[in-house]
Amino acid sequence: MSEAKFVPEIAPNPPQRALALHRQLDRVWANGPGLWGQITAVNHTTLGLRFMGTALIFFAIGGILAMLIRAQLATPQGAFLDTDLYNQFFTMHGSIMMFLFAIPMLEGLAIYMLPKILGTRDMAFPRLTALGYWCYLFGGLILLIALFAGVAPRDGWFMYTPLSSATYSPGINADVWLLGITFVEISAICAAVEITVTILRQRAPGMKLTQMPLLAWYMLGTSAMMLVGFPPLILGSILLEVERAFDWPFFDVARGGDPLLWQHLFWLFGHPEVYIIFLPAAGVLSTIIPVLCRTTIVGYGAIVAAIVALVFLSFGLWVHHMFTVGIPHMALAFFSAASVLVAVPTAVQVFAWIGTMWKGQPQLRLPMLHVLGFFLTFVMGGLTGVMLAIVPFNWQAHDTAFVTAHLHYVLIGGFVFPMMAAATYWMPQITGRAPIKGLGAAAFWVILIGFHGTFFIMHLTGLMGMPRRIDVYPANPEWTWLNLTSSIFGFVMTIGFALFALDLILQALMGRRTARNPWRAPTLEWAMLLPTPSYTFASLPLPQQQDAQARLTLARGEGALPGAARGVRELLVTDAGTARPDHVAVLPGNSALPLGLAAAIGLFVLMMLAGLYWLTLPALALVAALVWRWGRGMAFTRDHAPVTVAPGLDLPVQCHTPMTLSHTGAVCLLVANGTLFASLLFGVGFLSVVAPGWPAPPPGHGGVAEAWMIGATLVALVFGAFAVRLADRARRSGAGMLAGAGAGAGFVSNLVALALIAWLAGTALDDPTGHARDALRGVLAGYVGLHAFIVTGFAAFAFDQARRGEIAPSRPGSLPGWRLWQDYTAATALIAAAIVLWQGGAA
Amino acid sequence: MRVLLDVLPHPIKRFALLTVPLGLAGCEGGLSALAPAGPVAADIAWLWWAMLAGATLLTLLVVVLLVLAFGPPRAVSDRRWTHGLGLWFSLGILTSVLIAGLWVGERILPRDDGAVEVEAHAYQWGWRFTQPGADGPVETDGVLHIPANRPVDVLVTTEDVIHAFWVPRLAGKIDAIPGRINRLRLQADVPGTLSGTCAEFCGIGHAGMRFEVIVHADEDWPDALAAATGGADE
Ligand code: HEM
Ligand SMILES: [Cu+2]
Ligand SMILES: [Cu+2]
Repeated sequence: MSEAKFVPEIAPNPPQRALALHRQLDRVWANGPGLWGQITAVNHTTLGLRFMGTALIFFAIGGILAMLIRAQLATPQGAFLDTDLYNQFFTMHGSIMMFLFAIPMLEGLAIYMLPKILGTRDMAFPRLTALGYWCYLFGGLILLIALFAGVAPRDGWFMYTPLSSATYSPGINADVWLLGITFVEISAICAAVEITVTILRQRAPGMKLTQMPLLAWYMLGTSAMMLVGFPPLILGSILLEVERAFDWPFFDVARGGDPLLWQHLFWLFGHPEVYIIFLPAAGVLSTIIPVLCRTTIVGYGAIVAAIVALVFLSFGLWVHHMFTVGIPHMALAFFSAASVLVAVPTAVQVFAWIGTMWKGQPQLRLPMLHVLGFFLTFVMGGLTGVMLAIVPFNWQAHDTAFVTAHLHYVLIGGFVFPMMAAATYWMPQITGRAPIKGLGAAAFWVILIGFHGTFFIMHLTGLMGMPRRIDVYPANPEWTWLNLTSSIFGFVMTIGFALFALDLILQALMGRRTARNPWRAPTLEWAMLLPTPSYTFASLPLPQQQDAQARLTLARGEGALPGAARGVRELLVTDAGTARPDHVAVLPGNSALPLGLAAAIGLFVLMMLAGLYWLTLPALALVAALVWRWGRGMAFTRDHAPVTVAPGLDLPVQCHTPMTLSHTGAVCLLVANGTLFASLLFGVGFLSVVAPGWPAPPPGHGGVAEAWMIGATLVALVFGAFAVRLADRARRSGAGMLAGAGAGAGFVSNLVALALIAWLAGTALDDPTGHARDALRGVLAGYVGLHAFIVTGFAAFAFDQARRGEIAPSRPGSLPGWRLWQDYTAATALIAAAIVLWQGGAA
Repeated sequence: MRVLLDVLPHPIKRFALLTVPLGLAGCEGGLSALAPAGPVAADIAWLWWAMLAGATLLTLLVVVLLVLAFGPPRAVSDRRWTHGLGLWFSLGILTSVLIAGLWVGERILPRDDGAVEVEAHAYQWGWRFTQPGADGPVETDGVLHIPANRPVDVLVTTEDVIHAFWVPRLAGKIDAIPGRINRLRLQADVPGTLSGTCAEFCGIGHAGMRFEVIVHADEDWPDALAAATGGADE
């Protein structure tokens, strides 16, 4: 950013020949040749584009389903779909658009843009980027195959139980949703961890948090919400799948469950989801609008405050999707007020953008058209959103076409239009080619007219009583003209999207070469060759170079850490607040491991789907083995000399420092994991307080012996926490043998804990199909057991490292990571034990 | 014509409806929430028209601001946009909407005032109703009987999946949730026949899960109920 302060401590490097630097860097950073090179690619530019391209294909498929839905609704009797197929189609349309289009699209945008605007060379965990992509692709393919095989999910995109339970949805349709979407969600968690770490730790030196481009702030808000938003859904999906597969009654009222628990877990995710989708789009707008108005943004600080407010507020509104379930009226008033309040930070942003346009000189170029489309559409969607937050009105409009209209105004207005603005704005950056005149504007107008023609009158259709998710309406001829109009304009909109796609393709294939910075933007993604080279920056921008103007300076290696003289992928890691240079990270190179790991997880999912539950165990063993390989790929076998980043600035390599990228990543992952555990605790609390079938019958087991067993498990896990500390202390004082012994002791005690948990689960649990309490105890045992298994693996890994001599006084190896997870495991085990005891009866 | 009728504000429509002989009204108004036939639905309809007016003005405001933005560059005060318009202006409008909503919400709440209690029991895919007859409860299938001009509380339950009870011309909807009894207050102005539907997706039969509400004149209740159901409860 231009206002970045000059930090005198870091002197620029001497200039070199740009071409030589380019060759040296490209050799190290480029993908391999051919198809195999694509499969093993971990580069953020490649994968970001791949995410976005795949998302566009899913958008097209979702769009075709939308057209089938609209064709069916054009007449009261519905032309051609039978009800079952219709139900599959709207469920798949919604699920595809939310989980396979919108989320991956924004992940792709973040992965593509962040390293470029932050001035670094790649995302923090390149192999994780690739793993996320493959999980997304495989999960999406499972859903698509089910669609073509006619066994797609058909219970609506929020899968309410008991409709989605084994009783009312026999067959694998619902399992496809629960397993497939959870599989895709792995990529969301991967992306969230990476985005957070990249923004916090990889900003160019001196780029303070308070100076970073707004897009990065928006992405940080998004990733924080993803870390906390997705776990409730993942937990809910796991519980529902376990209920379907093994008859554990989490949601069955007759046995102490409650279908409302599903709704709470779903909307605890589902509402933040809306903002997860909107924030990146808003980030795009905050980037594009000032550039196209030849000015700077109005109210940077107010916008950052609005983002932070949205992140927090959006977790307090989920109940507004449940206003009709019969909630005490004080709670209704509270959530109504909270839902209305969330419009304030949104209004702050909208007015900041309009103010920016007043301040500058808006140019009516193609991206600006889409920005205007956004304003018109999103403002209307936001206003109907406020209406829906008003409880009495919600009771009328809920579950009608009015809501369908509202959600498309918000999603297409608040996400698709900004994404189209983004596409037209960044296409020159991506392809190095200029747009073709005329076609893009035509596409815009057709889409705008088609959209409003389709959805505007749907508000009226809903108020005239048309429920959503119905395929015929023979008794209501008064809705025919409304639906017919919507359908006709729906096809107009589709033509518009086709034109838009055509425009992009033509630009990529036939556009003239573009000027290097066609919009004269200040941000760093324009400070590089076009199209982007594999390594992004030949040298990393120093404080005085954090501007698109610095292109040549950076290419000549005058920034930090120029070239790739050591033949490995290096980038600069800075500290979270002030971006002071901290150390140099060496990233892993191209690898097929992500594909292998995703395939192994896919195998597990397929075995679950097929009901071959025993065969999931070998699949899990494969996953564990590949995770081990993954860890081995990061192990440092020897000491590394400090790297000269700039004249007079020598920094250590990551193996010699405690606050590595992996460490920050592990903390992020534990935040997500902790949220999952907290959601489970919420489930325990909710069911025992609210569900009708409680208190549960007295437990059949539960004696002194079991209490001792639980106590022994806890002791073993806490002992593991001591062992890792012992090992680390020994390591630091150079006692390699002792460090190994500590790791060994930790391994044994964790193994003992694991065995005790297995024994408890096998003998001391009441039949988990009997009552939700016992089912929840089973899940708690499974959760703690899984973590005991993980820390056993960590201890074994550390032991192996000590044996190989990879743990040394100057190199902690895997000990810090193990310690983090061991503490977490011990803490959650304590809480789980406390719950079992509180519920009465040990085990 | 009917369509036009449905979107007109409610007093005009009440007048229009009065010109239709009541006996012939049938399911006039279909499922339209904009053709209220009772005070609860009427309150909500008013709320809607008021919010629509406000939303229209706000949309126009934004459009005008956008059009004006295409003038020459101007010196702007950041705070005026982010705090003035963004924070205080929106907060003011939102607060007034919220207050209106809470006020209407309070008015339409069920309260202890000796309302007639009927039961609506949902199943895949139909409705069973129980009304208090002169001598004991009367069960009906697919048709709910209520008296006009008296508050009625519907106790909504389900025997399988989640459904929702909705008679748009009388009131909003409420879900039928396994293991729970939900209460919805409604009231009809005049005798006649209204339509209702299941509003929560409940599987293959969802679109056809309709029912009728027959409103009887207050003074005939509960005798009219016995007559209408063929004295099934003797
Ligand atoms: C391409 C233009 C689109 C058209 C014509 C369209 C049309 C429709 C229609 C007619 C329905 C209602 C089905 C029903 O409940 O009766 C629907 C549902 C839905 N749409 Fe779209 N849609 C489009 C794009 C999108 C986009 C871009 C998104 C999200 C990013 C989206 C998300 C949804 C969701 C979540 C549902 C609810 C599905 C459910 O009820 O389970 N749609 N769409
Ligand atoms: Cu919401
Ligand atoms: Cu239904």
